[in-house]
Amino acid sequence: MILKKKTGHWFYPIAALFLAVLMWQLVVTLADIPIYILPSPLDTVKALLTDFGMIARHLIATLYASLLGFTLSVALAFILAIAMDSFGVVKKSLYPILIVSQTVPTIAITPLLIIWFGFGVLPKILIIVLMCFFPICISLVDGFDKVDGDYLRLFRSIKANRWQTFYHLKLPHAMVNLFSGLKIAATYMLMAAIIGEWQGGTDGLGVYMVRTKNAYALDKMFASILVIVLISVALIYLINKVASRVNHWK
Amino acid sequence: MYALQQAKAGHAGAKEEVIRLDRIGKRFDGSEVLRDISLHLRKGEFVSLLGPSGSGKSTILNIMTGLEEADTGTVSIGGQIGYMQQKDLLLPWKTVIDNIALPLDLKGRNKKESRALAESLIDRVGLRGYEHRYPGEMSGGMKQRASFLRTLIASGEIMLLDEPFGALDSMTKSSMQQWLLEVQEAFGLTILFITHDIEEAILLSDRVYVLSSRPGTIKEELGVDFGVGDKRSRLVDPKLLKMKERIRSLL
Ligand SMILES: Nc1ncnc2c1ncn2[C@@H]1O[C@H](COP(=O)(O)OP(=O)(O)OP(=O)(O)O)[C@@H](O)[C@H]1O
Ligand SMILES: [Mg+2]
Repeated sequence: MILKKKTGHWFYPIAALFLAVLMWQLVVTLADIPIYILPSPLDTVKALLTDFGMIARHLIATLYASLLGFTLSVALAFILAIAMDSFGVVKKSLYPILIVSQTVPTIAITPLLIIWFGFGVLPKILIIVLMCFFPICISLVDGFDKVDGDYLRLFRSIKANRWQTFYHLKLPHAMVNLFSGLKIAATYMLMAAIIGEWQGGTDGLGVYMVRTKNAYALDKMFASILVIVLISVALIYLINKVASRVNHWK
Repeated sequence: MYALQQAKAGHAGAKEEVIRLDRIGKRFDGSEVLRDISLHLRKGEFVSLLGPSGSGKSTILNIMTGLEEADTGTVSIGGQIGYMQQKDLLLPWKTVIDNIALPLDLKGRNKKESRALAESLIDRVGLRGYEHRYPGEMSGGMKQRASFLRTLIASGEIMLLDEPFGALDSMTKSSMQQWLLEVQEAFGLTILFITHDIEEAILLSDRVYVLSSRPGTIKEELGVDFGVGDKRSRLVDPKLLKMKERIRSLL
């Protein structure tokens, strides 16, 4: 539910952020810190404007992979969550493995994926799926699981079949959960894409970051970070909007 | 004098039995919850099950509806049962009218016709104007009535009501009780009603079964033999107090 609420809730974080940015600007200006050590907020914005075309080009590559990976993750999460919900064996076997699999550091296996699948879009998408699939799937499974037993009895007593119980009860019940999983996944997806691009590739914001960092053009690197932050916030906002549409009864 | 009077039962007619439990026993994880429960309902009767918490009242209804299996004994049901569980169990993401029509939707009935049927009954439960609201916007009593109507739509003429008014304040409760009696009459319902509340059981019922605490056994079966024609008159009848005392001493 972050970044939702009434407009009043926007004021405080924005004011605090504004103050922090202001201090950052002051420190950099007063101490005369060079750009290759720490660019100021103004430098960052300037870099964003001057290199906008380049950043936009890389951003599109990143977004393309992210959204594709995200969509795949959602689809896969649904398939697996439904399988786990329908068959106890599947859940008992897979659920613990899923949890443990999250302790594997993604960053360590990305080079492997690149070795196996090359520098194209495929390893990037795999990384995104690896990171995004989990929160979505777990939120769904838990959502299906937490349906009150009395509701299940109600559905049995009005002779609902499995599909009806799923469609009218479990699925809508899991919707609230699903969106908190989606929000986590949405922030992961850009991060995952960038991790993939960082380790090799020809385009994407991760590539742009590595290049600008190597050229000590930290202002440009910061500009791309700013873009990622803004896009992430926009995504969460969008998901919140969709969530309040879907769960309008709340 | 309050013990079951066959003559009184005869008044409900030599009407056919629609539910009969015979020597039902039930254990959960080895601990005995129900012992030797025998009871019956005749068509058109209003019967209450009165018992302390944990005496197995809800379990009896679960056995009648097939949600639980009895360990021993036999269950015979003659008719389609609607079961209103202890909680209102409305789906918060469906509007009132969609909640009420849910059982028909699940039977694959035509959506429009189901809505029309639900619409036609909505006045009976006093929910006109709330059809398209969500349960979250309604009071406890309104939700109970919506839940009741959903049960009614799903059922034939037999309704099992598990503490339908348990969560209500006393004012709402008494108007709901009157309302229930009216609905029973209008639809010719057979009702098995669970309650903790001795007075409520006496005010509404033709007969009352009193359950002992765990393991639940039938302690007593009482016919309510006053205010038979007009149950509302029971409230001011001195026999009410006597009967309350009698039941209290049983519990
Ligand atoms: N599915 C179950 N598994 C194990 N124990 C159960 C189950 N259902 C009920 N019980 C136990 O059986 C006993 C009777 O439960 P039941 O819900 O039928 O009582 P009740 O008379 O309806 O109580 P209340 O008035 O509080 O609703 C309780 O001790 C309860 O814990
Ligand atoms: Mg109960």
